[in-house]
Amino acid sequence: MQPNVSVAVQTGDFDIAREYARLAGDASIGAIVQFVGRVRDHSEGSAVNKLTLEHYPGMTEKVLQDIGERARVRWNLNSVRIVHRIGPLDLADQIVLVQVAAGHRHDAFEAAQAIMDFLKTEAPFWKQEATPDGSRWLDAREHDERAVQRWFEASR
Amino acid sequence: MQILYFGRLREVFGRSEENLVPPTNATVAGLLAQLRERGGVWAAELAEGRSFRVAIDQEVATLEGALKADSEVAIFPPVTGG
Repeated sequence: MQPNVSVAVQTGDFDIAREYARLAGDASIGAIVQFVGRVRDHSEGSAVNKLTLEHYPGMTEKVLQDIGERARVRWNLNSVRIVHRIGPLDLADQIVLVQVAAGHRHDAFEAAQAIMDFLKTEAPFWKQEATPDGSRWLDAREHDERAVQRWFEASR
Repeated sequence: MQILYFGRLREVFGRSEENLVPPTNATVAGLLAQLRERGGVWAAELAEGRSFRVAIDQEVATLEGALKADSEVAIFPPVTGG
């Protein structure tokens, strides 16, 4: 069976139980990693009340699909699913799901981490935080760039 | 040529899109030079050394990237999703 990469960008929430259930009954899968990123109540030393996510419709989906395909080629995977939310989000809301299914745990763990690292540096999303001092756009983080670099170093 | 702006740059420039004729040398560098000539926030935000990205037809582009009359160009800050 051709490994399957699917992506979704949506305002609505996602259901991790339902995402997991899509893989039920596939006995070739030995390991599933599901990562969920959520809205945290603090960032860079100040409180956060709300988060709004903007994206570049069209390019976002292409980039996510490409990240999933690259992971599929590099690791031995059954499937990759990436769901990312946009629009206004409240504290503790789910932002992003990365689900990786593989024969073995090593592939599933590594691929899930790499997909998140690439998503953070390549996918055209921008976060705006509402704080007690007003709203501010998040700055890109240098440690995200370094996180992605190690996957290139590891592949040499 | 359609130009799209996102995130903080959309807010600072006060627009999410506009239509322009490709610059005479038809490259990203030429377009940026043309936008900087507007002065003010345009010159400040798009100055050399500032951190921003340019995409042509939804693919990340370099300063040498070629522009056509029907190109979709996007200018945006470094991404912060996830």
